[in-house]
Amino acid sequence: MKVELTEVLWLDEPQELSLTDLAGLSGLSEADLRELADYGVIAPVDPQAEPPAFRADCIVTARTACRLRTDFELDVPGLALALTLLGRIHDLEAQLRDLSAQYPYRPRRKS
Amino acid sequence: MKYKDYYAILGVAKNAGTDDIKKAYRKLAHKYHPDVSKEAGAEEKFKEVAEAYETLKNPEKRAAYDQLGSHQPGQDFRPPPDWQKQYGETPFSFEDIDLSDLFAGLRGGRFHARAERGRIPIPGEDYEVAVHITLEEAYRGTEVELDLSMPEFDANGLMHRVPHVVKARIPRGATDGQRLRLAGKGGKGMNGGRNGDLYLNIVLHPHPLFRVSGHDLYLDLPLAPWEAVLGTAVDLPTPGGPVRLKVPPGTHAGQKLRLAKRGLPKPRDGEGDLYAVVQIVVPGAVSDRERALYQQLAQGSTFNPRGHFAQEWRHESRTH
Repeated sequence: MKVELTEVLWLDEPQELSLTDLAGLSGLSEADLRELADYGVIAPVDPQAEPPAFRADCIVTARTACRLRTDFELDVPGLALALTLLGRIHDLEAQLRDLSAQYPYRPRRKS
Repeated sequence: MKYKDYYAILGVAKNAGTDDIKKAYRKLAHKYHPDVSKEAGAEEKFKEVAEAYETLKNPEKRAAYDQLGSHQPGQDFRPPPDWQKQYGETPFSFEDIDLSDLFAGLRGGRFHARAERGRIPIPGEDYEVAVHITLEEAYRGTEVELDLSMPEFDANGLMHRVPHVVKARIPRGATDGQRLRLAGKGGKGMNGGRNGDLYLNIVLHPHPLFRVSGHDLYLDLPLAPWEAVLGTAVDLPTPGGPVRLKVPPGTHAGQKLRLAKRGLPKPRDGEGDLYAVVQIVVPGAVSDRERALYQQLAQGSTFNPRGHFAQEWRHESRTH
């Protein structure tokens, strides 16, 4: 069977998603997304714009939020706290990976 | 159909109350949830736990599950004949049905096709999969074939896992942790609902030579002591092919020599850099002649690599 090749979409494209699109793609309601934006978990491209638009990479955070809300029955303030802490862990892990990459880890003793 | 012991998965007794079931789920969800856990196999474990909770938290589903009787986990079984009469509208086969899919369609004492629920558009499910690629594949781009199993409903409202093959082009520049989206390649939407999306999470295999930091690469560059002191030129492997690197005289251990634009390509334009991290290595064994030369060097050199010890020691003693 011939399988059609699919082109991927980058999630860090400098493209914008409307509030409605982000709600449809993430499974969260527009009200939840607005509240998460108020907590600073996702940032609108233009804080003054109404309705707000978001960068495409907000999909990752919003989808994680949807999973956590469903699986842990979290309310939005709890969700915002969990996402903030997960984001901090993610950043620290990235820093650790970057630092580990910069330092040699295999002392060479062979002649 | 394979039997799964939902009570054992949650670690509760068969007569456990709803609160105990919820408590057990919460504890295991905190331990295995893929967004918070780093344990090996956590995602699979969480899926089992979530599936067990989904059935046992619902009194109707739990009663139907209990009536299936007790079997060994993983054992092939068929529900008792009266069970099927009680819950099914039409006779159906249990051959290729997963227990979780069976209960997903149970509502109001009957199995229902989700598609018939009010004929409202229902979007397909999104899926997320990890795609492991090599550094070489990340450098030049690649194509991957993903064998997925996605749920589809049959005419009786029973969900079946149907194999799907998705072929995707991973463009050059996708690196570790990159998320990519394949629009419409997730679960099928119903009643005109949009198809779900497929999200790819790129994971780079560790490379024996290069360490990856974003789009930059790091490579250990072992130098002999005399190469570091006198300078040299070395052939260095890079993902794009070997390059000649000039090592300046007086290069010290830990120094990073940068080769601009020799790292991984960036998604839209440009490339990361490659850093050669200098290591000074010494031979494990030396010949008599080499030993004599080292001794000659030791006697003739005024270099003291620990000169700052005494200086810092005096400074510390004065200030404390």
